[in-house]
Amino acid sequence: MKLLVTTSPHIRSSLSLHKVMYTVILCLLPALFWGVYYFHIRALFLLITCSLSTVVTEVIFKKVRRKPVSIGDGSALLTGVLLAMVLPPYLPLWMAALGGFIAISLGKEVFGGLGYNIFNPALLGRAFLMASFPVQLTTWGIPARASWVSVDAITQATPLATTLPKFSGNGIYPLQKLLFGLHPGSMGEVFSIGLIVGGLILIALRIADFRIPLAAILTLTILSSVFYFTGKNYPSPAFHLLAGGFLLGAFFMATDPVTTPYTKKGRWVFGVGMGALIVFIRLFGGYPEGVMYSILIMNSFTPLINRLTRPLPLGGKK
Amino acid sequence: MKSYIVFIKGLWRENPVFRQILGMCPTLAVTGYLANGIAMGLAVVFVLVASSTVISVFRKLIPKQVRMPTFIVIIATFVVLVDYFLRANYPFLSKKLGPYVPLIVVNCIIMGRQEAFSSKNPVWLSFLDALGMGIGFTLALIILSTVREILGFGTLLGHPVLGQWFTPWVIMALPPGAFLSLGVILGVINTFQKKSTR
Repeated sequence: MKLLVTTSPHIRSSLSLHKVMYTVILCLLPALFWGVYYFHIRALFLLITCSLSTVVTEVIFKKVRRKPVSIGDGSALLTGVLLAMVLPPYLPLWMAALGGFIAISLGKEVFGGLGYNIFNPALLGRAFLMASFPVQLTTWGIPARASWVSVDAITQATPLATTLPKFSGNGIYPLQKLLFGLHPGSMGEVFSIGLIVGGLILIALRIADFRIPLAAILTLTILSSVFYFTGKNYPSPAFHLLAGGFLLGAFFMATDPVTTPYTKKGRWVFGVGMGALIVFIRLFGGYPEGVMYSILIMNSFTPLINRLTRPLPLGGKK
Repeated sequence: MKSYIVFIKGLWRENPVFRQILGMCPTLAVTGYLANGIAMGLAVVFVLVASSTVISVFRKLIPKQVRMPTFIVIIATFVVLVDYFLRANYPFLSKKLGPYVPLIVVNCIIMGRQEAFSSKNPVWLSFLDALGMGIGFTLALIILSTVREILGFGTLLGHPVLGQWFTPWVIMALPPGAFLSLGVILGVINTFQKKSTR
């Protein structure tokens, strides 16, 4: 009999990094397919550009630093896919490529690579683009003709911009349209059903923790109902849940294991903070959408939340 | 030979911005345009050289206990000179630089050179040290503002250099752009520095 002497850990999970990353990408597929179908070929170009740009940037950084090239784990690809999903589908492609470069270089590699970044790289890339090209990043459109090669688009405001009272507040956007993704918006955020299904699968597979999405959804619902039932024509909670990038953010970005708290209590705190910030930015801030900024702001609080919610070791004293 | 080293060290090896990280207020605030960067750099060169020389002349007369207020008075005199000169001759530039010209008084590069060098060294060396540090500061501002003006406006000294296709990166003209570009430049310099000392 062969005896093997090893140090702990003795039990290893079969879940590896690249399995996690590719599962997340698989769960994003329904929303992605819908985005490409609805916004036509330009959305596909956007997706390819972002993915190529993030992967190539990662390779360059690893080569320059003479470290093993680890694009096989899929994390750079996932960043690229997520970035494409939060950008307007008709964005000039060189801007998308720049966003991917910034996301990986300033968002991840300068901090030391995967696992050391403070902010969600995809959202950081988008925040950089948002600050650099505010006009292009807020120009939305829906395809003008139902043809695959058409790049014509009609510029239209997003449901959030047409419904929020601080902008015009004249229309209640039909919820079915929001649910089935028949409205202008970022490439990957429009198809609510796909995002919900993908997110639930992610949670069922225990890859994403249910606490952050649940806390964010509850907070958003409760807080927006307070305004809905008391205030002057604020949009309904259902609208808040389905419009904009909330579902994508809550299920796929706020569950990123690197930039969100690792304690169970901390995850509740993160979700509540995120939901509350979204409602306040949407209703009272200068922008129609607040999902990106609320996740980035909560990312910056993550180390603090981790420190304050660290569970006591058995027999430890406060 | 010694005077040569005193002069040259401020340019690169002890560059006030890139190596000592001093004078961050004007470095970050006025580098949106190359013209502003050059003007601020030259203003600092004048104030630094003049006050270092004067303080070095009087270094044995200034009592230790009140040296800081004395330095401030001397520096402030030259800053007022520069401020009035700019206002009279280049009112447009003066308006653009705003409060950052009067703020040269509290620029830590200038105060630092008085404390560390000119209050202890002879006039000629103090003059060279101030000149080197001032030119080093100007060089740093030129590098930073060139990057920011090209990316933030697509122009250089007001002339379009990148053509029609270029969409300016608004972020580079804003304060975050100053922090980002300074950070990237510092990172690159540190990387090369590490490699050359290894």
